[in-house]
Order: sequence, then structure tokens, then C-alpha cells
Amino acid sequence: MGVSGGAGYLFPSRSALGQCVVAVLLTCGSAVGLSGCLLSLTGCWALPSALNHAWSIPGCRFAVGLDALSAVFLLPVFVLPALGAWYGLAYWRAASHPANARRLGAAYGALAGAMALVVIARDGVLFLIAWEAMALAAYFAATVEDDRKEVRRAGWIYLVATHAGTLCLLAFFAGWRHATGSFMLEAAPGMPVAAAAPLFLLALVGFGFKAGLMPAHVWLPGAHANAPSHVSAVMSGVMLKMGIYGIVRAVSLLPVGEVWWGGLLLAVGAVSCVGGIAFAIGQRDIKRLLAYSSIENVGIIALGLGLALTGRASGRDDWVVLGLCGALLHVWNHGLFKGLLFLNAGALIHATGTRDMEVMGGLAKRAPRMMMLFAVGAVAICALPPFNGFVSEWLLYAGFFCAVGVKGAGELPAVSLAAVALAMTGALAVACFVNMLARVYLGTPRSETCRHAHDPEALMLWPMVLLAGGCVGVGLFPAAVMMPLEAAAAQWGSDGMVLSGMMRAVPFSRLSMACFALAALTAALVFLLDRTRRARGVRVGPTWDCGYARPTARMQYSASSFGDGVVGLASFLLWPRRCRTALRGLFPRASSFKGLVPDTILDRLVLPAFRAADRFLPRLRVMQQGRTHVYVFYILAIMIVLLLWGGAGSH
Amino acid sequence: MLDTLIHIAVLLVVPPLLPGVIAKTKAWFAGRDGPPLLQPYYDIAKCLRRGWVVSETTTWIFLAGPIITLAATLLAGLMVPLGRADAPIAFTGDLILFAYLFGLARFFTTSAALDTGSAFEGMGAAREVTFACLSEPALFFAFLVLAKISGAFSLTPMLHAPAAAFSAGIAAPLILILIGLFIVLLAETCRIPVDDPNTHLELTMIHEAMVLDHSGPLFGIILYAAAMKMLVLGTLVLQVLVPFLPGREVLRGPLFLVLLVALAGVIGVVESVMARLKMRHVPYLLVGALLFCGFGFILLIR
Repeated sequence: MGVSGGAGYLFPSRSALGQCVVAVLLTCGSAVGLSGCLLSLTGCWALPSALNHAWSIPGCRFAVGLDALSAVFLLPVFVLPALGAWYGLAYWRAASHPANARRLGAAYGALAGAMALVVIARDGVLFLIAWEAMALAAYFAATVEDDRKEVRRAGWIYLVATHAGTLCLLAFFAGWRHATGSFMLEAAPGMPVAAAAPLFLLALVGFGFKAGLMPAHVWLPGAHANAPSHVSAVMSGVMLKMGIYGIVRAVSLLPVGEVWWGGLLLAVGAVSCVGGIAFAIGQRDIKRLLAYSSIENVGIIALGLGLALTGRASGRDDWVVLGLCGALLHVWNHGLFKGLLFLNAGALIHATGTRDMEVMGGLAKRAPRMMMLFAVGAVAICALPPFNGFVSEWLLYAGFFCAVGVKGAGELPAVSLAAVALAMTGALAVACFVNMLARVYLGTPRSETCRHAHDPEALMLWPMVLLAGGCVGVGLFPAAVMMPLEAAAAQWGSDGMVLSGMMRAVPFSRLSMACFALAALTAALVFLLDRTRRARGVRVGPTWDCGYARPTARMQYSASSFGDGVVGLASFLLWPRRCRTALRGLFPRASSFKGLVPDTILDRLVLPAFRAADRFLPRLRVMQQGRTHVYVFYILAIMIVLLLWGGAGSH
Repeated sequence: MLDTLIHIAVLLVVPPLLPGVIAKTKAWFAGRDGPPLLQPYYDIAKCLRRGWVVSETTTWIFLAGPIITLAATLLAGLMVPLGRADAPIAFTGDLILFAYLFGLARFFTTSAALDTGSAFEGMGAAREVTFACLSEPALFFAFLVLAKISGAFSLTPMLHAPAAAFSAGIAAPLILILIGLFIVLLAETCRIPVDDPNTHLELTMIHEAMVLDHSGPLFGIILYAAAMKMLVLGTLVLQVLVPFLPGREVLRGPLFLVLLVALAGVIGVVESVMARLKMRHVPYLLVGALLFCGFGFILLIR
């Protein structure tokens, strides 16, 4: 998978054949990986399976392994990039993008391969190599249109943020080596908790940057919005989850911690999910909106991890299983519906040439299939029954309600407050995605380009259909996917915890039956209504609009007006910017109003900090004179200092 | 089995009676005769007999709004216990499905409103989703209180526990969530002081503004679903209230229906003695509901 893009360079830059070969290679790689992954998930292939070889890189062994946890995270890595590659054949044609199609293919394949290596690496140095390869491949894939200024800016912010995270990870692995004596990623239950706590914090910050947890999300909206859509789908649906994987893996290696570890993760998760979706409502760029919603979903996953971590510390195995299974299922679910929505957004951009939803509208009549697919994704991402998002959130709610003391002792009612945050997130998500659905697809077209939009070709449509099928399938038959998740959750078990077989008590059959009942009720009502409609006929007229006879497209309620209520309620968090010209006199002149919700943390915290650094740090340039022998002298001086320090330490 | 049949019959037949009682109470306060008690039944029957008129801008979403709302409300109605009997659908975690079914209904009602491209309906839909962001957390706080009291994670035992094991210790939290839930009931069923269903100005409405373009059978379904939602949420409020009433065991039998009618009367009184709040003040009321339910929870776990 990783080198599939290299094949593209054997063909001319406009060659569709070359692009096709790249996609086929990537799919073959994915298929091989997927079959192995499924074999291990279904238990046909005994776990764990591992390889461990010495390697020429000093301090590093080529150690890879596949266990249930890796398999759970590998599944999206093998599904989404392959679907995206086929989508990309139509979305990013080599004929119309001769300058960068080959580069995109190479970076895209490298991104997929590096993510697979991240998940199976069992050596700290190998993990970091894979991690850095993934970060750089994502950079090159996201910035293919580097002739545009905002793409370069977004790429730059991404690069700085990802390296800030990697810096923490370097410290984490150095600390790991110090505490355990090797870089191998093997469980160290004997480590004292006091030594483990700093490692946990380093892992949380380092992996949190990649996962996009608030306030380390600053790179995410820009990078997702400016990348090609199938790259955004992979970045949001899979790459963010590598951060989640890192946190889950790190915790599984560390000894059982204290309750505040979980509390911290719960707090971060609550801020991310409520904040992320509140920011999403303020956006008018469809891809920025989806990017903020990814922050929300990562926050939901963090809530589950926080619950599991609290349970691990206080010996409540039911919290661990419900929280971790809910979080891991949400990892899959978010890959499915966010992949679907980003591919859908890409098809929209393809059809209309804009990312601004204020100028779209009425596309349902012109692209009915895309609208259907979008509706499935929107209902699923709002966690509404009967689709997959509901199942994972249901598991989390079950965990939070256990925490209020539903079963037995050891209760910690404060944990259950997260249920309230999750409920608020759910209501905000409905507001956000009703807004997007309506502004893009419903009503009447607000610009000329939207009038000529149409459904995309099969190559772009089918990947979306498959993802939508996944959303429906997991929603209706949740019991089918639980076994591998439960096996993965067992990784967090500690002494005396029985984590298997817990899910059998969960009434998935009743849940699916209720969903089928809902579908049956709806179908019955449709049948009855359809009969009256046929009997009486339908009269079609203009929208009533309270008697106003000549409504125009621009009189429709805009996305910003729709979101204004929520943005107003959350203005203490969002700090929306509003520019309006004042009205003066009896006959005021033409006036204008503009409102937008910029990223508070990026614009008010991070960028000012960097600007301040830019002002003060140049004084250090005295050290940098560009003469080689001075640098060699620095090296010598530092070596001597280290030698002295080391010598002093050993005596 | 008999309980289930009675539950379904009550759920299907009684709902339109409640808006009728409210209208009668309001008329009595205003010194008028008012429409007959059964007027909502006549209205719905009339709507269902009418022909179809739909706007040319609409899609299938416009039809899905009323249909999915009714289906979701019906299913949610099968999960709350009426009186002392168990609900027909009860399983661990059904309360999450219960809350999210109303979310599903809201998703499609507001989408259907925006489907027409009318600014008035957009306004109504925007208000509906905004206010839900406050009423939904309030509902979950109330659920947490009930879960704590009952030690259960299913609506039927959760709503039966307060009456079965009533003690002084749980009285204060119950009163707090009762107030919160009553405000949520008023907001979710679009009653004064949150929304005025009888105002003449579309600009100031929430729910009625969203359904301006629906007519005929679709509008009949909307009226029916709205009445059913009032019955379902009203049952929730009553189950929390019953422990405080004298003769609570009698009241949880067939007399529960009388309580439902009385609750509709109380809503009518509230509507008669209050004015609708300014639209920008509604969030304060809902935050109030959230705080009542939140303090109930804190009182319980202190």
C-alpha cells in the first residue's frame, strides 16, 4: 500500500491508466491486509501473532504484532483509503490535474501504508518512524494545491502542530525507555503509578494533537477544508483515530492509574464534543463544518475512554467494557459516516465549484441520490436511531448511567455528568446537520452554478453507497460487530477483572427490534398515506410563505441565520465576529452585514503567541552566524558538557 | 397482555382530548363558551379527509417530517408506563432510545420546514433546534435523578420507583425535577410561555410556523402527533408527581386518565394567566429548567 503511488510515476502525468494502476495496487494491498485483519478478528487466526527482528537502525528492532486492538484500528485503515482511491479516480482526474495527480497518488498511498505500520508497530522507534511518515504523507497529500495561499497556510499550521505533538511523543518514548529499560511496547504492570502519571500526560498531549482534542485541534479545520475531499475523508475518518489508538495503546501498556486520569480525559472529551459541534454550527464552509464535527466525534470517543479509564482505576469492569466498546465502535462509526459525508462534500464541490453552503440550495431536485446518501450520513452522525451512531452513543450512555449507581457499589456519580454533556452534544448535532442538509439540498438554488449540478458518476457514487450501507448495517445489527470490540477491550483489563462475556448482557436484540419496529411503523404510515394520495391526487403550488406571492431564493433563511440562535447562546465560547454598517438618518443608504465564527483558540491564543515569539526570539540569532566551524564548535562544547554531566552522574 | 392492549388503546385514542381540555379551560378563563371538548378530534378527522396540496420546492423530506414524527412518537409512547402497569416495550437502556426518538422527530420536522424554502418556517425551525439544546440536557438530568433513586436503567422501573419507595430523602430532588420536567413539557409541546399556538403573527411562533405549508392529511398527522407527544411527556411528569398526591395507589390505576386530563387543565390555567415570553428570554426559562434538574441531581448525590 505504502509504495503503490510510486507506480504512478512510471506513466505520463496525464495518464488515467497510471492513476488506475495506483488505485488497483492500493486496493490489492488493502484487500490482503483486510483479509488478514478479518481472519484475526473472527478468531480463525490465533492471536497474538508477532514478528521481532534485529534491524540495521541502531536502538530499533523491527517488531510488529497483531492483536485484537490493532485489528480494530486496522479495519478502517484498509477500508476507507481503498474506497477513497477509487473515488479519487473521478474526483481528481490526472487529465485535469496533471501537475499534482501523481504526487497525490504517492502521498495518499504512503499515508495509508504508514497508518497501517503505526498500528502494528511494537517498537517505540519503529512506531515513531511510522508516525512521522504518516504525518509527512498527510502533509503532502493535503497540500497538493500548494499554489493557493490558504492551502499553504493550513499546511504550515498542520506541520507545526503535528511536530509539537511528536515532540511530546519523543519525550514519552524516552521516558518509556527510562522506566522499562527498552523501547519495546510491552505491558509494564510493575511500573510505579507515580512514574506512570507523567508518561500518561505526555501520551495524552502528544496523541491529543493528532486526534484533534480541544484545545490541540487548531490545525484540523484548515487542513481538512483545504485537502482534496477523499484525503479529508481519510484524514478525518482514519488518521485522527491514530491519535486515539495511541492513547488506548499507551494506557494498555501503563499500569492501572488513578481516578483523575479518567477525569481529565472526561473533561477534555466534554469540552471537545460540545465545543467542536458549537463551532461547527457557526461555519458556512461545508468542509470546515465537517472538520469541526470531527472534533466533536473525537470528543465523544474521549468521553468513552475517560469512562473506561475511571472504571479501570476504581475497579469497575462494567465501566471499562461499556466505555471502551462504545469508544471503539464510535471509531468505526465515525470512519463510516464521516467518510461518507466528506466524499459527499467532495462531490458537491465537484458539482458546484464552491465550498460555501450559503450559495448552494435546492440540490435535492438535481442530485437526488447524493441527497439520499447525505441524509443517511446526517442522521447517523447525529446519533439518531436506527443508524450506527446511535449504537455507540447508547453504549456510552449505558456506562454513564452505571456510574450513577445503577449496579452495585463503587459509584462515582460525577462521572455520569458526562451523559448530560453527551445529550447537549446530540441536540447541537441535530441543529448543525439539519442546517447543512437544508442549506445544501433543500429549498431553492441560490446561485446559477447550483442550477446545473447533477448526481456524480458511478465511480464517486459507489464508495458512498458502500459507506452508507455500513451505517445502516451496524445500526440494525449491532450485535454482529461486538465480539472483536470486546476482545480489544480486554486489553485494558487488570488483575481480577473479567472483561469477556459482559456484552452478552446488553440487550442488542431488543434495540434492533425497536429499530425495526420504527421502520415498520414508518412503512405502514407511508402505505396508508400513499393510498389517500393516489385517491385524491396532489395539487402543486408555490410555497405559501404567509401570502407573499413572489418569494425569491435569497429570501430563504440562510445558514448563518439558522445557526445564529445557537451561536448566540454559546457566544462566550465562540466569540463570533459581526461586521455591520450603521444605519443613519431617515433614508439610510445600502447596508451590509457579515458574521463569521473564526477559531477562537487559533486566532486569539496560538497565533498571538507565535507572533510574540517572532518578535522576541530573533535576539537569539546572535548564535546563528552561518559559519560551519562555529556550529562544529557548538557540537564539541555540548559533547563536553554532556560528558561532564554523565561523568558526574555515574559517580 | 390486557395491559398492553389498554396502553395501546389509550395511546391512540386519548391524545386529542388533551388540547381540547386546554382550549376549554382557556375559554372558561376568558368567559367564553369555547369550542366543544372533542373539537381536536373533528379537526383531525377533517384534515384527514382533505386533498393534498404541496409546494413545488419540496422533496420527500416534506412528507417524511410528519410521518417519521408520528412513528417516533408512537414508539416512544410505548416505552412510558401509564399508571401502575408496565410499559409494553421495556428493556435496559430504553430511555436513551426514548429521548433520541424525539431527536429523530425533531430532525425531520425541522428539515421538512426548511424544505419549503420559506423564511418563516426557517425561523420556526431555528428556534426549535436552539431550544432543544437546553431542554434535552434538562431531560437527561431528570433521568439521572430517577436512575439514582430507582437503581434501574429502564423507564418502567425508573418511573415506578418514586411511588413505591417514597421517602423524605428523595422528596426534594423529585420536586426540583418535577418543576424542570414541567417546563420541558411546556417547551416541547409549544405552550405559553414558550410558544403561543394561537397567535396570529407567524413571526412569533415556533411549532406552528414550522408546519405552515403542511395541509390536509399531513397536517392531520402533525396535529395528532403533537397531541400524542403531550400525552407521552405529560405521563412522564405525572409519574414523578403521583408520589406526592394523597391516595397515590388509587391514582396510579384507571384514575391515571383523570390525572392526565387534570394536567391538561393545569396547562390551560398556565396559558390563561401568563403571557408568552419574548423570544430572546425563552433560553433563560429553559436554563432555569436545566438548573432545577441539575440541582435535583446534586441534592441526591451529595
